[in-house]
Amino acid sequence: MNTALPLSTQLINLFAAVVLLLAFAMLAQRRVLPLINLFALQGLTLCLSTLVVAFTTGQAHLYGSAALTLALKAVLLPLILHRLVRKLQVKADVEGLINVPTTMLAGIALVIVAFNVALPISQLSSTISRGTLGIALASVMLAFLMMIVRTKAIPQVVGFLAMENGLFLAATSATYGMPMVVELGIALDVLIGVIILGVFFFQIRDQFDSLDIRHLENLKER
Amino acid sequence: MDFFTLTLAIPLVSGMLLAVAGERSWAPNLNVIASLGTFLASALLTAEIVAVGPRMVFGEMFFIDSLNVFLVALTAFVGLTTSIFSGPYMRNEREHGRLTAPRLRLYKSMFQLFMFTMLAALTTNNLGILWVAMEAATLTTVLLVSLYRTPASLEAAWKYFILCGVGIAQALFGTILLYFAAERVLGETGHALLWTHLVDVKGQLEPTIMALAFIFLLVGYGTKVGLAPLHNWLPDAHAEGPTPVSAVLSGLLLNVALYAILRVKVLADGAIPTGFAGNLMMGFGLLTLVVAAFFLSRQKDIKRMFAYSSIEHMGLITFAFGMGGAVANFAGLLHMTLHSLTKSAIFFAVGHAAQKCGTQVMEDIRGLIKINPVIGWGLMLGTLAILGMPPFGVFASEFMILTHAMKHHPWATPILLLALGVAFAAIFGKVQPMVFGETHVKRLPHAPAITPVFVHLALVLMLGLWIPPYLTRWFHEAARMLG
Repeated sequence: MNTALPLSTQLINLFAAVVLLLAFAMLAQRRVLPLINLFALQGLTLCLSTLVVAFTTGQAHLYGSAALTLALKAVLLPLILHRLVRKLQVKADVEGLINVPTTMLAGIALVIVAFNVALPISQLSSTISRGTLGIALASVMLAFLMMIVRTKAIPQVVGFLAMENGLFLAATSATYGMPMVVELGIALDVLIGVIILGVFFFQIRDQFDSLDIRHLENLKER
Repeated sequence: MDFFTLTLAIPLVSGMLLAVAGERSWAPNLNVIASLGTFLASALLTAEIVAVGPRMVFGEMFFIDSLNVFLVALTAFVGLTTSIFSGPYMRNEREHGRLTAPRLRLYKSMFQLFMFTMLAALTTNNLGILWVAMEAATLTTVLLVSLYRTPASLEAAWKYFILCGVGIAQALFGTILLYFAAERVLGETGHALLWTHLVDVKGQLEPTIMALAFIFLLVGYGTKVGLAPLHNWLPDAHAEGPTPVSAVLSGLLLNVALYAILRVKVLADGAIPTGFAGNLMMGFGLLTLVVAAFFLSRQKDIKRMFAYSSIEHMGLITFAFGMGGAVANFAGLLHMTLHSLTKSAIFFAVGHAAQKCGTQVMEDIRGLIKINPVIGWGLMLGTLAILGMPPFGVFASEFMILTHAMKHHPWATPILLLALGVAFAAIFGKVQPMVFGETHVKRLPHAPAITPVFVHLALVLMLGLWIPPYLTRWFHEAARMLG
């Protein structure tokens, strides 16, 4: 085992670990505003990690995707979400019914699964950031878990966006990011998706007087 | 001007125009004219491709070959008939007070933008852009599913967004893995997601990564196709959204999602010689077919029942493509075309019938043949066609799939026959009293547009009796490309 990894690799691994830590923090956070802030922080970490990869490898288009990440995931989306929370007046929303310790244990199990799935792929990869593929897959799965256990609409959407963060990390660690045109397209989809969901939230609230998606469980096969 | 550019530009521009202009008296006509323009452009494009062969557009951004050009023409055609159908249908809905002017504006502009995303997904050469267009297709239809703003429609739209969103996230991971496998062969040239480049080097792609990528892509896009066990969104979205939306979701979106899987299957087959991708598709297809067939008999809502019928047929088509080979691919493509035409015709007829009786509950819809013989016969003939009765075309394609299965995968035949039999009994048993039965209902304020139903059914009948030689050639070529 080589103990002296280059500084850049160490930095990339550090940032990836922070992303994973933030994924766990989001899983445990019951209040909606801190949850959005955690999401913004995860976006910022992703941006920093992408910058380090870009600087070390000299891949010019990665600077572009770092800038895109910063603008979209660390600034624009959190701002839209904050605005939604204010307009919908759900600031004080606290979720009951989630058993944090059990969820955390399930999360740890998912991380182990993710590392095992990612191992054969990262061995084939030649990028400097290949070690973080397991972390990327783990954050995707944690976000997935978060969508399952949440009962309010906004935290579910934050989970959805966090899943996209994990996928972005996977793209930068297995390869050096997807082609720019694809990344722009994905960013556009995410942005439009959040705006449409914003409209949709108002429709849900007008109909049910709350954003609890347990109201949305009536269509079943009988 | 290039026909291809027109095919993509007309829906995009008219969608924006309809959004800006708002609900005017001419808006429904503009919707029809734009769809007609798109259809004409796509028909001319098809003629061009048939004459000169596959070609690239805008550098290597778009790629049109015999496989996707036929789906482009089909998509544009169903888009046209749906826009004709939706004119009187939506006016009736407004009269009944179920829709308002701003929502009709939303409907028309989103309908055109949906057509744009479908056509872009079909023609793009870049598998990343294919993903982007598929996701955009979900986004444009989410607000259409919740157009009535009833609790049930909001729930259906939410389920649709979340389930398809999660599904499509799997597909994105699959795309990333595919890009990773391709980059090792093609290098960082930016060509590594272009299908035309990938297909040249498909034999050199790393099999383990490709297997993993294909699983993720099949599950991801399979959610949109409605493959079990990820089909839950589909019956809800079809039943709770307005009928024109059900028609295009069933007739077009499912096809385009399946097309995405087919494109990737060609690559996976090249990389993994064991037929792994085909077996996986056969398994998912059979499971879907059986699950849907057994759910059919429990349905009470007419649109929900036909949504399950769509799932059933998608399962059958996936199974056919999974078997692979010239005959099965031919049958799969034919069945895809026929299912689109028949199912959208059925939804048009069902829409009018439900509007007339003021309900979607099958027990309350009775005696259509007396209220309006045209709608009654439309629904009856459409049902017979989708159930695979000769002389309609679905019989021919189902027969081909069955005989091919008997020859190469005999173990699957009893399962296929059982599922088709159960589906037949369930659907026919429910449609028959709806068409022939006692009733007393009033007239609709706007005469329904019933022509599209019969245009579609006439085409299905024609394809059952005689397939034009150019169409046969075209299907053969597409089937050969799929390997």
